[in-house]
Amino acid sequence: MAARNPYEALGVAKDATDEEIRRVYRNLAKKFHPDLNPGNKQAEARFKEISAAYDLLSDKEKRTRYDRGEIDESGAERPRAYSYQGFAEDGPGAKYHAGEGMSPEDLDDLFSFFNRGRGAAGGAEGTIRMRGADRRYGLTVEFLDAVNGARQRLELAPGKSLDVTIPAGVQEGQVLRLAGQGGAGIGGGPNGDALIEIRIAPHPHFRREGDDIHLDLPVTLAEAELGGRVNVPTVTGAVAMTIPAHSNTGTVLRLRGKGVAGRGDEFVTLEVVLPEGGDAELDAFLKTWSAAHPYDPRRGLAS
Amino acid sequence: MIAFDAVIREVQGLDAAELARWIEARWVLPEHAGEGYVFHEVDVARIHLIVELRREFLIDEEAMPVVLNLLDQVYALRSRLKSLAAAIATLPPETQATLRSALKAPP
Repeated sequence: MAARNPYEALGVAKDATDEEIRRVYRNLAKKFHPDLNPGNKQAEARFKEISAAYDLLSDKEKRTRYDRGEIDESGAERPRAYSYQGFAEDGPGAKYHAGEGMSPEDLDDLFSFFNRGRGAAGGAEGTIRMRGADRRYGLTVEFLDAVNGARQRLELAPGKSLDVTIPAGVQEGQVLRLAGQGGAGIGGGPNGDALIEIRIAPHPHFRREGDDIHLDLPVTLAEAELGGRVNVPTVTGAVAMTIPAHSNTGTVLRLRGKGVAGRGDEFVTLEVVLPEGGDAELDAFLKTWSAAHPYDPRRGLAS
Repeated sequence: MIAFDAVIREVQGLDAAELARWIEARWVLPEHAGEGYVFHEVDVARIHLIVELRREFLIDEEAMPVVLNLLDQVYALRSRLKSLAAAIATLPPETQATLRSALKAPP
C-alpha cells in the first residue's frame, strides 16, 4: 500500500497539537487494532497506516524533519512487535478460550445451536449423541523427570487439575493421551480425551541425544595425565568412573546403561581444568619440563 | 519457553508486580514448571496486548477482564467456526450446496 501523508492518515490538521494527535490516534487504534478485529484485513491495513503515521508525528524530531521536507512518509512503517491474533485462534491460544465467564462445554456443544435452531423452527426430537471434543494442553517437565519418569499435576482450568504420569524417557513434543479427560460428551456420548504435549526444560549439565546422555566433566591436570577414579553425575545419581592415564580435553568415556531409562549410555567428555590463580611450583616445573619436551598441538591447523 | 524475568526485560514498561497481578487474575496463563513459570510466545504476545490496552487505550484494570473475556470469546468462536467450516468441507457437494443456499436465504 502506498504510504499516505501522515496528517491525512490520521485526519488531523498540519498544526495539530501533540495532545490532539495522541487523542485521534487512540480513537482510531481502538477501532482498527488487529487483535480487536481478527481476520479483518482492511482493519489491519488501516491500523498499519495509522500507527506508521503516529510513529512519525509523535516523535518531535521526526515530525519537524517531515514538515521541513527532509524525510518522507515512506519507511515509517515498522513491523508490529507482536501479534496476538496469530496465536489466538487455535493451537497455543486455545487455553485462553475457556474464559472465566464461559464454560468450555458451551463451546464444544456446537450441536446445541442446531438443536436450538430446530426447536425454533418447530422441529422434531433432535437427539444427537456425540463424543466430546479432545482438549490439547502443554506441559513442561523437568529434564530429569522426563528421563526417569514422574507424576505431575496439570491445571486444566480453575479448580480442575489432573495428575499426569510422565513415562520414563518421554520425548520432546510427545503427546500423552488421557482417555475421557477431554470435553464432555453430548447426549450421553463418551467424553473426549485430554492430549498433553510434553516439552522438556533444559538441564544445566546434561544434554540428551535420543536415548544417550552427554555430559562435560571437568578434571584436574593430574587426573588427565595420570588417570584416577572420579565421581560422575548420571541421571540416576553419581557413579565412580576410572579415567585412564594420558586422557585429554575432548576424551570421551562411555558409561554403559546410564542413558535414558536404562536404554542408552552416558557419554562423558573430559575437560582439563588448570588450578585457579596459577601455581608457582607447577610454573617452575613446566619451565624446565617444556624446554626439554617440546610439542606442537597446533600442527594440524591450516595456516 | 521464556522465563518470568526475561518477559519483564522484553516487554517495555512492564514491572514484576504488575505481571504477577495479571497471572493471579488469570489474564495470563503461563505454565508452572518447578518453582517458577514458563511463558510461551502466545503468552508474551498476550502480555504485549494487555500492555497496549492499558497504555494506549487507557483500559484500566477494573475494565480489563470485560475486554479480555469478550476478546477470548471472539477468538474461541472463530476457532469453532473454523472447525465447523472444515467439517462442512468434508460433506458431499450437494449437501454443501444445500447449506449454502439455506445460509443465503432470508430467515
